Amino acid sequence: MKRVNVIQPKAILKVIAILVPLLLNVNGHAFAASGESSDVPKNSAAAVAAPAVAVPAAEAAHGAEAPEGEEKAGDVIMHHILDNNVFAFEPFGSINLPKIVVGGYDISVTKHVVMLWLVSALLVIVFSVVGGSYKNLTNRQAPKGLANAMEALVEFIRLDVAKSNIGHGYEKHLPYLLTVFFFILFCNLLGLIPYGATATGNVNVTLTLSIFTFFVTQIAAFKAHGVKGYLQHLTAGTHWSLWIIMVPIEIIGQFTKPFALTVRLFANMTAGHIIILSLIFISFILKSYIVAVAVSVPFAIFIYLLELFVAFLQAFVFTMLSALFIGLATAHEGHDESAAGAAHH
Amino acid sequence: MLTSGIILLAGSLLSPNPGLIFWTAITFVIVLLILKKVAWGPILNALEEREKGIQSSIDRAHKAKDESEAILRKNKELLAKADAESDRIIREGKDFAEKLRADIAEKTQAEAQKMIASAKDEIEQEKRRALAELRNEVADLAVRGAEKIIKSNLDADTQKRIVDTMIQDLSTNRN
Repeated sequence: MKRVNVIQPKAILKVIAILVPLLLNVNGHAFAASGESSDVPKNSAAAVAAPAVAVPAAEAAHGAEAPEGEEKAGDVIMHHILDNNVFAFEPFGSINLPKIVVGGYDISVTKHVVMLWLVSALLVIVFSVVGGSYKNLTNRQAPKGLANAMEALVEFIRLDVAKSNIGHGYEKHLPYLLTVFFFILFCNLLGLIPYGATATGNVNVTLTLSIFTFFVTQIAAFKAHGVKGYLQHLTAGTHWSLWIIMVPIEIIGQFTKPFALTVRLFANMTAGHIIILSLIFISFILKSYIVAVAVSVPFAIFIYLLELFVAFLQAFVFTMLSALFIGLATAHEGHDESAAGAAHH
Repeated sequence: MLTSGIILLAGSLLSPNPGLIFWTAITFVIVLLILKKVAWGPILNALEEREKGIQSSIDRAHKAKDESEAILRKNKELLAKADAESDRIIREGKDFAEKLRADIAEKTQAEAQKMIASAKDEIEQEKRRALAELRNEVADLAVRGAEKIIKSNLDADTQKRIVDTMIQDLSTNRN
């Protein structure tokens, strides 16, 4: 106890001795963003002068006159969000991913592809364990542990998403909906861990997923109504004189649905990451520890927690809307009634 | 971040990447197939089975309840029937006992009456026999007395009249 008492004041003094000059921005140069070294005096002067709100303007001004090869906050953020061929583990180095070109098409394995594979591996491992435990389960036993946790989600998708939106014959679409839900969920969550990348924050990934939903919806519609019924569906049950307006609208509607899915998921996942990184970079741009402690870190944590929620929410929304579209396409009632019925759910 | 906006507009955020689309599609389909076989099949089967199990349990419970209610009703009916039966038996027993008692009493009465009657008859007979004997005796006595009287006082007619009168008196007195 005595020793601790002796050491503590010393330690606190040391910390204060280090922190006070930093907080007072005495040697701000040392804490500028690493890449900005060449331009530091001008940059820091401008940044410190500008209030937080004016940061974009100040940055834009720099962007215009910045010399080639300079790394700025925006570039760093985009580098984080965009796909590339390097899987970086920043202080420890990075892995260069192979570049594959087949028949003129670039199908190289990028960061997001690696994330997709990680997600797939995780999904397969988790659900083989869960599935295995269900195989050993009689229906007199309750599931426990991982199986129990996953069952809650599976049951939620099965009843509240698939059954209530698709109705009759929902079992056929369950594997797709469940896979899409857990795939997106795991992608979203893996994007939130350090060194991870959000594959669902890439428009190509979300586009592919919504194309799957599109095909599933169209096939379900054809199966439910046949070719004649499908074409009738396009007229939305209106008088023939309105067909010239209704048919193009309905056809466009078929494509806007997956498009909306694409953009919603991609934008939500990208936006959260941009916000977190921007909040962190505010402190680098202003070169102030006060801003870092008071603004960047708390707000970034807040947005991070929000992102955790959004990860679940967006996976749910994508699945929910897929189920809704399938339900709309397979509904046997009139177009409007089924839409109203689906909207009630 | 205006830079991000510029980059977005320049297309790098929305730029199509056929390679990524290809890999996503392949990965997703493979994951879908694997999970369908490994996980969704058993899980959904188990859920469905459990759902059915719960439903059948509920059905069974309802059925058992209905059955038990039916049995209870039947038991109550039986109990009521048994009650009625026992009431009836008791009543019949009482009636029978009453009748039996009355019969016995009547019979006893009759017997007693008969015995009394026969006893009276016998008494009457005995009396008559005794009377007859007495008369004979008295007649003998009278004859013997008369003999003595006659022997001492041979006024036969007078004596005889006296004797007769005496006998007459005797018999009327006795009767």
